[in-house]
Amino acid sequence: MSANEPVDSQLPTIAQESPNREPGQDGTEVDPGRSRWSVAIREILNGSAMISVLAVILAIVIGGILIAVTDDTVQETAGYFFSRPGDMFSAIWNSVSGAYISLFQGSIYNFRRPGFANGIRPLMDTLTFATPLIVAGLGVALGFRAGLFNIGGRGQMLFGASAAGWVAFSFSGLPFPIHLIVAIVAGVAAGAVWGGIAGLLKATTGANEVITTIMLNYVAYYFVYWMLSTQGLLQLPGSNNPKSPAMLPSAVLPPMFGVQYSLHWGFIVAIAVTIFVWWLLNRSRLGFEFKAVGFNPNAARVAGINVPRMMTYVMLFSGALVGLAGVFQVLGTVTTGFSSGIDAGIGFDAITVALLGRSRPWGVFAAAILFGAFKAGGFAMQASQGIPVDIVLVVQSVIVLLIAAPPLVRAVFRLPKPNLLAPVKSAKSQGKKAVVTK
Amino acid sequence: MSSQTLHPSAGVALERTVVKNWKGPIALSIFAALSVLLFGVFARPGTSHFRLSTSTDFVQLPQLDVPTTLTGWILAIVTVLLAAWSVWIVSQSRRVPLWLTIGFAIVFMAGFLTWVAADALIPIPGLLIGAVSLSVPLIFGAMSGVISERSGVINIAIEGQLLFGAFASAVVASMTGSPWAGLVAAMVAGTLVSFALAAFAIKYIVDQIIVGVVLNVLVSGLTGFLYSKVLTENPGFLNTPPRFDRIDIPILGQIPIIGPVLFDQTIIVYFMYIVVAGVAYALFRTRWGLRTRSVGEHPQAADTVGIKVNLRRFWNVSLAGAIAGFGGAYFTLGSVGSFTKDMTAGAGFIALAAVIFGRWDPIRAMLAGLLFGFATNLQSVLGIIGSPVPSQFMLMLPYVVTIFAVAGLVGQSRPPANDGKPYIKS
Amino acid sequence: MKLELKGITKRFGALVANDHISLVVEPGEIHCLLGENGAGKSTLMNVLYGLYQADEGEILLDDVVQNFHGPGDAMAAGIGMVHQHFMLIPVFTVAENVMLGHEPTSFGGRLNMAKAREQVREISKRFGFDLDPDAIVGDLPVGVQQRVEIIKALSRDAKVLVFDEPTAVLTPQETDELMVIMKQLREAGTSIVFITHKLREVREVADTITVIRLGKVVGEASPTASNEELASMMVGRAIELTIEKGKAKLGEPALVVNKLSVIDPIGQLVVNNISFDVKEGEIVAIAGVQGNGQTELVEAIMGLQPKVTGEIALGGKSLVGRSVREVLDAGVGFVPEDRNEDGLVSEFTIAENLMLDRSTGEPFVKYGGLQLAVLADFAEEKLTEFDIRAQGIATHAGNLSGGNQQKVVLARELSRHLSLLVAAQPTRGLDVGSVEFVHTRIVEARDSGVPVLVVSTELDEVVALADRIAVMYRGGIVGIVPGDTPRDVLGLMMAGEMPTGGKAA
Repeated sequence: MSANEPVDSQLPTIAQESPNREPGQDGTEVDPGRSRWSVAIREILNGSAMISVLAVILAIVIGGILIAVTDDTVQETAGYFFSRPGDMFSAIWNSVSGAYISLFQGSIYNFRRPGFANGIRPLMDTLTFATPLIVAGLGVALGFRAGLFNIGGRGQMLFGASAAGWVAFSFSGLPFPIHLIVAIVAGVAAGAVWGGIAGLLKATTGANEVITTIMLNYVAYYFVYWMLSTQGLLQLPGSNNPKSPAMLPSAVLPPMFGVQYSLHWGFIVAIAVTIFVWWLLNRSRLGFEFKAVGFNPNAARVAGINVPRMMTYVMLFSGALVGLAGVFQVLGTVTTGFSSGIDAGIGFDAITVALLGRSRPWGVFAAAILFGAFKAGGFAMQASQGIPVDIVLVVQSVIVLLIAAPPLVRAVFRLPKPNLLAPVKSAKSQGKKAVVTK
Repeated sequence: MSSQTLHPSAGVALERTVVKNWKGPIALSIFAALSVLLFGVFARPGTSHFRLSTSTDFVQLPQLDVPTTLTGWILAIVTVLLAAWSVWIVSQSRRVPLWLTIGFAIVFMAGFLTWVAADALIPIPGLLIGAVSLSVPLIFGAMSGVISERSGVINIAIEGQLLFGAFASAVVASMTGSPWAGLVAAMVAGTLVSFALAAFAIKYIVDQIIVGVVLNVLVSGLTGFLYSKVLTENPGFLNTPPRFDRIDIPILGQIPIIGPVLFDQTIIVYFMYIVVAGVAYALFRTRWGLRTRSVGEHPQAADTVGIKVNLRRFWNVSLAGAIAGFGGAYFTLGSVGSFTKDMTAGAGFIALAAVIFGRWDPIRAMLAGLLFGFATNLQSVLGIIGSPVPSQFMLMLPYVVTIFAVAGLVGQSRPPANDGKPYIKS
Repeated sequence: MKLELKGITKRFGALVANDHISLVVEPGEIHCLLGENGAGKSTLMNVLYGLYQADEGEILLDDVVQNFHGPGDAMAAGIGMVHQHFMLIPVFTVAENVMLGHEPTSFGGRLNMAKAREQVREISKRFGFDLDPDAIVGDLPVGVQQRVEIIKALSRDAKVLVFDEPTAVLTPQETDELMVIMKQLREAGTSIVFITHKLREVREVADTITVIRLGKVVGEASPTASNEELASMMVGRAIELTIEKGKAKLGEPALVVNKLSVIDPIGQLVVNNISFDVKEGEIVAIAGVQGNGQTELVEAIMGLQPKVTGEIALGGKSLVGRSVREVLDAGVGFVPEDRNEDGLVSEFTIAENLMLDRSTGEPFVKYGGLQLAVLADFAEEKLTEFDIRAQGIATHAGNLSGGNQQKVVLARELSRHLSLLVAAQPTRGLDVGSVEFVHTRIVEARDSGVPVLVVSTELDEVVALADRIAVMYRGGIVGIVPGDTPRDVLGLMMAGEMPTGGKAA
């Protein structure tokens, strides 16, 4: 193993304190403020891939149960279960398999459509849904790695979307790529500023970023809502609805494979951003300092790293990435004008994506595609099977809960416990010398 | 207080320089300056009208008409005097008392109302009744937050507890036809959510913020799913809960202005008074409270005197969920009626804001909840009379003041020392 | 009450912390449990107090076998404990802390504060403490907080009182007062278990001494045994702490501290108007009991303290008001007091830790990117040079022993070009071999002409390393004396008294 992969599975698993340290030995007390994050970060980074897969399976099973018990036919057949149990089982099978088949057909490949070009359309939808999730998930993950919890995705997306949207519909006359680039930059900058406020508050006053980002979400929501319902700001001229005008074509992310697919060039940008974040975290000075601050802010400070400044930078970066997700929404997904619901819950989904991806860039990328598939398929499921798309939220949140609690997953699948007695700080058993006072 | 003096005969007693906390006076001064500017310098001409009672009230008060500019100036000067007083108090190395801050807030609000009501009529009883109504779930949620966080478990899941409580109470009350059954169901539902929070946070040591955030999503998804799939198919049977009637308390209900506001309410509101008083009393005066606070401040110390830290946290978090469940029930059994998707609309987060703004103290958290409810309702009243301030800015108020509070710009907001930290016995 | 431990064994995985430990504490005696840190004393007491469950063995009180499932059981049986890290809730009053867990209540669980206050006053009076029951514990000095701990235990009618390293945080005078209190308690019939690694204290109060080493009882000793005997029992061999050290070749004063004061966030003057200097090629040791301003002094030098007045100059350049980065760039090497907390990122690899305070530029960073190949070569080299025992440079620092962790810190700091080395508690918690290694390196640094400032609460370390010794007490410097000053003089100085005729160096 080389030093190139700084964070890997070598860390002692799980949150349990290593047992072979005596409490109350001087100098060994870990500051509780720090240990919370160490525990959380370890938890996020170290669960095995196995747990992730099992968590997804378990969540899908739970979703299936929910679908089955709320299905009309199942309820009907349950009424005469004891006379003809087979009816109920087949009803259950029909409802659940129907749901998941339509989920598959809505998210990956639809066999019922003629030809490959049509059949592959759902996969394109999946990637379209995944695109903002990737960048927003990376934003949240970057925060996690630096020990900061960015719950402010909604606000950062709204500001990112508003700034990009405003540039995109009002700067007429700019030619295509330039207009688009200016709009993207504006959106990213706006997201960065909104995230940076929380970072700056944390850095200067110690205000807990969890609280400030939650509160800033609502401030942003009402602020953007106000702009959207005020003539001369973001509102469509002459309209009474809180909605913006349509984006000018010169600022729209062009489709990747022609107009028949929803997928736009934002996906390529998202891949590039993933590579960049990987480089940032694993190969750059800034990433090194971010991680040092995340793991142990005290040691970082003593090592001359300006911790408050790093926190501000992290939130700027994090907000910028989440803001980019807002940009993708207005310039790629919905280009006909946006309302205050443009964030579409992606700010919160990003948290689950970052957790499922264990805050590693490519893990986040994969998790975002999975959740993108859930979204695309969820809408298909709602349309064809009448199963409300909210089921996707249930499945997503169950996945994250399970991933965060590996012992629970292991208990459900009766897996053995991992070795907790990794050689941690065995030095504590060695002693301090005696003080001989003559 | 005992009059004994302390002689640190041994130990390191260091010289101290006196630390004065100027944040309070600074904040008040800023608001005072604002009120001078707004109510005085940029006063709006005309007369402000206030209706003080409704036609059904026991005591009928005449409508109050005041000249906008003059009243604005007077109230602005009062705020300046109060701010100056707070400066004087701090210069004497004392702390600004709570009542001064409350008084300041009331005067400021009066000034603001006068300013916006230029040549318009503000119905004070309607404003206050609506404010209390909007505050009820916030206050229940805030009590849930206070208990949970005083025990050392961060409760971001208040939103989920409220929403699940609202859902369960609507369904059960509709099916049984009894709002009481709905109330019990709401309690159970809130407790279920907090069970999940407690189990993941305490048993599996998952980061409490993550659990809270995810539980909110889970409850939103689950209730949204069931609402769309089940409730909308049979709304008559599942989603038409009977509502609690208002109960007019004799004598108290006849007090002018505040009587109808506070004492002609549904049973849930009276429960709320009891819960707030009970939590405030229990937390600071009883054995339960002492132990609860010890577990949130220094769990290891509590453990060494034989207090079962994690068990206590578990039950306290569960109790917190039950209380938040009441708040959820208020949506369906007290105010709105039937359940709708995501009907709590962020009330849980405002409740969280009230906990922090109220410095983890039940009474202060209740006052914060009332303030936030008032701001929200003021916004809709002003929307009707045509306000000079966009309504969205009024709606932002709770969130903005909370950001100021956690940033330490308004008072110091110190959470319990071990809030959010799992207790792992080594 | 007679306490008997029979064959207590406690394992943590492969590690046997207590290996069949047996001892008897007679009623009304002070029984000393002597052993190095990590010998297993605290584990044993946590078993006794019900915090741990023993894997084997039994606890008897007055010949009755006890079965403790938690501290509550132990307390109910009459065992009280004064913890090394006080188990007090800082925001509670004295009375609230004392009553917690066995609160006197009236109707409906309402706390009976009057009764609790009365109890505090009553016990205070018995031992001549002057303690306000309504004082907030967090505002009290450390010595007084310890008394609250004692009252807390006594209020539960403790018949056996365990003191876990009670003097670690006390000044010599406070220690003496504690000894008096312990004797008072013994007169009143309380059995006392006194855990310590300080021989002077043992010999002063102990009736019986049990020495523990590596989790086993190695023998009993009488209080009349000599220090040398006790010490060699404790560490297994005669301890030789004096290090080969030639005479200092003094150069110009490099670090000059003049009228330095530090104010902490709550307004306390934690460092009070101190002045000293460190010359090139000289080791100056700051001695003193923990918590007398040494930590803050070091932090002030490193740029870690916000409110600093006075002068700190290194090579003529002022360090006051500089950021940590600037101080490090001025050539200051820093070995922090708490390596786990401040010196290392335990989730980082050895290699990453070796560049922790050098991430600003070459050789490890170029154009904002990490130079991993350069870092790997460097880390391999230091691994050999400093004899860091690890699987490789990719081993996480958290998986190293304390000695190897400290070697990583030293390797990082000593591999820069230094104009000053500041080492705070450089050998705390290390095994004897690592102590020698660290001391040798520090002396080598001195011999190469680097001025060295060592802060230590251990007199032995101070005496072994220092060319001059500055003793701190309550934020001030009591005096600066030569390195060969007798220990009793240093002891007096640590209590704040400058002995008459003491010569300033």
